[in-house]
Amino acid sequence: MTAILPPAERLWYKHPIDRVEGTWLAIALIWCLILFFMMVGWHIWGKQNLSTETYRTTAEQYMAKAQAATEKYQVRTETDQEIPVVAPPPGADVYLVSRMWSFWPILELEKDKTYRLHLSSLDYNHGFSLQPANINIQLVPGFEHVVTVTPNQSGTYGLVCNEYCGLGHHMMVSRLYVK
Amino acid sequence: MATVATTYRTCPRSGLQFERQAEWLIKAHAFMGVVWLLVGGLLALGVVLTRWPAVRWLEAPTFYQVLTAHGLDMLIFWIIFFEIAVLHFCSSTLLRCRIATPKLAWLGFVLMVIGSVVNNVAVYQGGSSVMMTSYVPMMAAPSFYLGIILFAVGALIGCGVFFGTLVVARREKTYEGSIPLVTFGAMTAAIIAVFTLLSGALIIVPAWLMSMGLMNVDPLIYRTVWWALGHSSQQINVATHVSVWYLVAAVVLGAKPMSERVSRMAFLLYILFLQLASAHHLLADPGVSTAWKVVNTSYFMYLAVLASMLHGLTVPGAMEVAQRQKGYTKGLFEWLRKAPWGNPVFSGVFISIIGFGFLGGITGVMMGTEQLNLIIHNTIYVPGHFHATVVIGTTLTFMALTYYLIPVLFKRELIAPKLAQWQPYLFGLSMYFFCLVMMGAGTLGVSRRHWDMAFQGAALAYEWPGAAYLMMGLVGIGGVAAIVGGAAFIYITVGSLLWGKKLDGGATSAQFTPVKRAVPAVVAEGYGSSGFAAPGTFVLAMVFLVSFVLYYFINWKYLSTLWGMS
Repeated sequence: MTAILPPAERLWYKHPIDRVEGTWLAIALIWCLILFFMMVGWHIWGKQNLSTETYRTTAEQYMAKAQAATEKYQVRTETDQEIPVVAPPPGADVYLVSRMWSFWPILELEKDKTYRLHLSSLDYNHGFSLQPANINIQLVPGFEHVVTVTPNQSGTYGLVCNEYCGLGHHMMVSRLYVK
Repeated sequence: MATVATTYRTCPRSGLQFERQAEWLIKAHAFMGVVWLLVGGLLALGVVLTRWPAVRWLEAPTFYQVLTAHGLDMLIFWIIFFEIAVLHFCSSTLLRCRIATPKLAWLGFVLMVIGSVVNNVAVYQGGSSVMMTSYVPMMAAPSFYLGIILFAVGALIGCGVFFGTLVVARREKTYEGSIPLVTFGAMTAAIIAVFTLLSGALIIVPAWLMSMGLMNVDPLIYRTVWWALGHSSQQINVATHVSVWYLVAAVVLGAKPMSERVSRMAFLLYILFLQLASAHHLLADPGVSTAWKVVNTSYFMYLAVLASMLHGLTVPGAMEVAQRQKGYTKGLFEWLRKAPWGNPVFSGVFISIIGFGFLGGITGVMMGTEQLNLIIHNTIYVPGHFHATVVIGTTLTFMALTYYLIPVLFKRELIAPKLAQWQPYLFGLSMYFFCLVMMGAGTLGVSRRHWDMAFQGAALAYEWPGAAYLMMGLVGIGGVAAIVGGAAFIYITVGSLLWGKKLDGGATSAQFTPVKRAVPAVVAEGYGSSGFAAPGTFVLAMVFLVSFVLYYFINWKYLSTLWGMS
């Protein structure tokens, strides 16, 4: 019953370390360092690193920029609500607006081309959850996040809001095309 | 200081000495904790039966309301009430000391009760379905925040009383030498709790003012500071339940820590590094630098993970040494086979240790890796992970401790001892299953906090793969089984308090008996094989490491197939 009693030795911190513990301590420490350097190494050698390019913005400012880009690159509209579909040229700045409870516009990108994708929210926190690839990014109001993306698979992706944003949260879903 | 008029009861079953005020405080806090566990458990039924796609029981507004209350009642109210009980137990009872400022301690208790009730009423009134995280600018009613603030002040008072009691014990020389390891662990928890609750005040008070239109809070600052409350409250739990693991190993098996030095150093690492985990929640956020993310999310090079890996070895290791000393020395695992599996105090803790490490620990490190976070952020993988840490880790440990406390503290015999024997297996193993399938669904991308994965009525609905629906159905089944296990716990504990056979309380005296030091133990090394005191535990640890390494790199492999991002 000694874990609930004061230690037997006055100088408990001089107590020798058992061999099991010592060995495990060494193994665990090495593993912890590997875990750490994997993250750092991926920034150097890996291809999937979330950009930190961010600007402060307001709902009005961001919406104005998104509207201008959408008018410029619109190719058609979809659904009864006539949501514009934009097909920007490779390398262009692409804007995605999230608000209660929709994404706007619908993006159409080309495979293996790189885009500067701008993300923000006009009201609450929202989520950018690209399915079935399962890429998930937080959308925070007041911040314009610029992520450089290079789609590597063509198809129709689902775009799901996965941050709770009020009672219509589960209706907030859109699409993204990669040709 | 003059002696304060109080009495000490010596429990004839355990030899523990309970001071009168402390005894009532521990009982009151533990009881309120179980009340919130009951409420949270009923709410869990609503959550589980709604997310089960074939059932979808509640309407959307009710579901979001129920989910908000479930998170708060379980993670905050049930667990912190019980933790304050553990703090008073680890200070006053283990050190055989009167409790410092009992009146203040009761004030803290009352504030916690009022706060938790006020907060719950706000949620049930509607208009506060903001989830536990209440991210601004989404606003709840002012009383929602006020309830949390009152509760936090009460809990802070509880921590203050704990520190005060340590001082009293030292001054009145109720023990010699250093405080016991379990009390040391509890002290770690209390220090982390002070940091956590102050961070909470720093952000919930402005949010409260914002809800009354008095100020504006930046959404990203809110997220950063809120998670210093949100994630750190789980760190209080970790420090507390690890202490309880050591406590149970000691009282059930007579285990002594393998070395005081390693265990205490591991607790110290918790104090230094566990608080950085707020970053885990901001890895997919804008506006936070890469260096900040990498340093913080890794608890400064994973030193807090190191601490948990040490505790994960030393607790079962200490059990193994104790069992080997009793003569269970055959092979690697006789000590484990001959463990008291029929005693819910032991089985609950052991199921908790394994589940916390394998299901909670490994997945926690994976999702806390900056880049890997992209493939699970805000999916249902996240609740899958934290049900393994909070429910299998903390709740199950506290349930096991409660079985110990009912005869010792509440002086009642357990009603239904057979059911109590089965309860940790039913609850623990169904939680294992629940967490696994939830993480499976999250790996397929299913969102957390989402009422309808079918997106009925949405023009551009996304069709989840059939496997995702299957997983969510299994989440429903596992969840219901776990709730039945939880109900069995409530029935046994509340039933024992009401109808259990009264047990002899033991003699009371006006004086405490000072705590003796532990007897120096025989050198443990003599009992193992090839110089290893606990070879069986070491093998288990290696199994853990291999699973960890494999799972970690599988996720990197998947990440490398995704879109290029920079």
